[in-house]
Amino acid sequence: MSGPGFAPRPAVRWAIGIVLVVLFAIPIVSMAEYTLRDAASGHSLAHWLALVDPANAGRYRPIWTGLGNSVVLAVTTVAIVLLLLAPTMVLVRLRFPKLRLPFEFVVLLPITIPAIVLVVGLAPIYLWIGRTFGTGIWTLAFAYGITVLPFAYRAIQSSIDATDVRTLAEAARALGAGWPTVLWRVLAPNLRPGLIAAALISVAVVLGEFTIASLLNRQNLQTALVVVGKQDPYASVSLSLIALVFAFALLVVIGRAGRPRGARTNQKGRS
Amino acid sequence: MSAPVAQAAPTTGAERRETPAPPGRAGGAVRGRAVRLQAALGLVPFAAYVLAFLALPTLIAVASGFFDDEGSFTLANVAALGDPVILRTFWNSAWLSALTAVVGAVVGAAACYALIGLEGTGTRAVVDAAAGVLAQFGGVMLAFAFIATIGLQGLVTIWLQDAFGIDLFADGAWIYELPGLILPYLYFQVPLMIITFMPALSALKPQWAEANLTLGGTRTGFWRHVGIPVLAPSFLASLLLLFANAFSSYATAAALASQGSQIVPLQIRTALTSETMLGRENLAGALALGMIAVMALTMWGYSAVQRRAARWQR
Repeated sequence: MSGPGFAPRPAVRWAIGIVLVVLFAIPIVSMAEYTLRDAASGHSLAHWLALVDPANAGRYRPIWTGLGNSVVLAVTTVAIVLLLLAPTMVLVRLRFPKLRLPFEFVVLLPITIPAIVLVVGLAPIYLWIGRTFGTGIWTLAFAYGITVLPFAYRAIQSSIDATDVRTLAEAARALGAGWPTVLWRVLAPNLRPGLIAAALISVAVVLGEFTIASLLNRQNLQTALVVVGKQDPYASVSLSLIALVFAFALLVVIGRAGRPRGARTNQKGRS
Repeated sequence: MSAPVAQAAPTTGAERRETPAPPGRAGGAVRGRAVRLQAALGLVPFAAYVLAFLALPTLIAVASGFFDDEGSFTLANVAALGDPVILRTFWNSAWLSALTAVVGAVVGAAACYALIGLEGTGTRAVVDAAAGVLAQFGGVMLAFAFIATIGLQGLVTIWLQDAFGIDLFADGAWIYELPGLILPYLYFQVPLMIITFMPALSALKPQWAEANLTLGGTRTGFWRHVGIPVLAPSFLASLLLLFANAFSSYATAAALASQGSQIVPLQIRTALTSETMLGRENLAGALALGMIAVMALTMWGYSAVQRRAARWQR
């Protein structure tokens, strides 16, 4: 059989899987059904057709602006996680093992300090940023980088814990590799599951973020859904459904791209 | 942050065991010190980032609770935390978070168990993506999903009425009140559990199961004597993370519970946006302080448990 000796029996696996999939599908199915209702208590595509009707283009424009902004924010936030957080974590692990607990304390602080609290203090800071760097949407990624910190940390740290980072780095150094090579060609491939998971959860957090954007008066996908939803609840349910499917597809694509190339063949060879 | 960084450079010198000089590349004391300094400099960008976007905003937010709108020091805002209405709000937040964290952790752990050994398969890729979307699904989209499901005109509400004659809202429209938050919260708690707990399950070594079988152990015996004791700290750590997640969650509640401020984040928003609340404009800062205190306690527990979890992950 596939998997290690403690894997569940197929019947148990299927039972848990089916129950959970059914329960979690109910709200999604309900959303789909809701958008298909029409006035005469029947079902039709009326609400969906209204979405693409050119007559309504102006009404739904905030969605496309918000979506574009959210994508920019997601990319910038993932860059902060992969280029700033991950190398710092490796550095702490390799050179400052005594800093591990203080470091962990700091990166987990954003859980202790919720977005609704953070936003009170961020308002004056973003006033200053707006005056210095302009009001481009990407600056909001600095705040988002903080909110994803604990989740990204946990994902990357579990990979670091499961990998003998020190031996790998020492071996690479002994063979003459410089630090950029060690990070990029030796450690990054070994930490790939954690890095991918960190990127996935960062994208999901940014696409779903509402609190900071709305209270700092920036437009992203979620604030746009609220704006449009006030005039047209059917549209906002439809667009929420689209946003979900879009985010899901995005994460599947990213997950596929990041999977170690040999994984499938290795597993077949083992079983 | 800058103080521990400055201390760190000398301490690593004593930790020679941690960073043995690679044979043939030992470059003498001067070079060694330069390398250590360079390593410490590597911590600077991250430290600066965290100071500017985490430490500073937090200080500003909390400090604002200690000042009135004229800018002079006052304890009146903090004293308002003892108000029965505010205490009730904190209690609501606490039990809602505890309930959804425990149920979410148990259900999520069951899902993780069902996913063992599926690494690299299509199923796992789909589950990872779905969990990633749903775990931070919070906010408006989640509120709309549950209004379409168990709202007054929701699919499940209508189905229960037509098929069984059950009126979900015979006792009032609870979906827009505190109990209405339980199901939506579970909808993001379970996926978050899958995301945070799965790495711990993946770190279980197949060799342990093989050793157990070789020594004549059973599958149940493996879980009782090896699996569960090894995973218990990780499970508890994830549970605490779920509690913190629910406690600080804001957007879902803001969209669903249209009236009143049943939980702390909504109370903060009211304090931020309304100028008449209890006559105190800076109450938000004091509420933020109370919220941080509860969260700090939770996360202190988390780090204590996590230290034990790390023992099996070296």
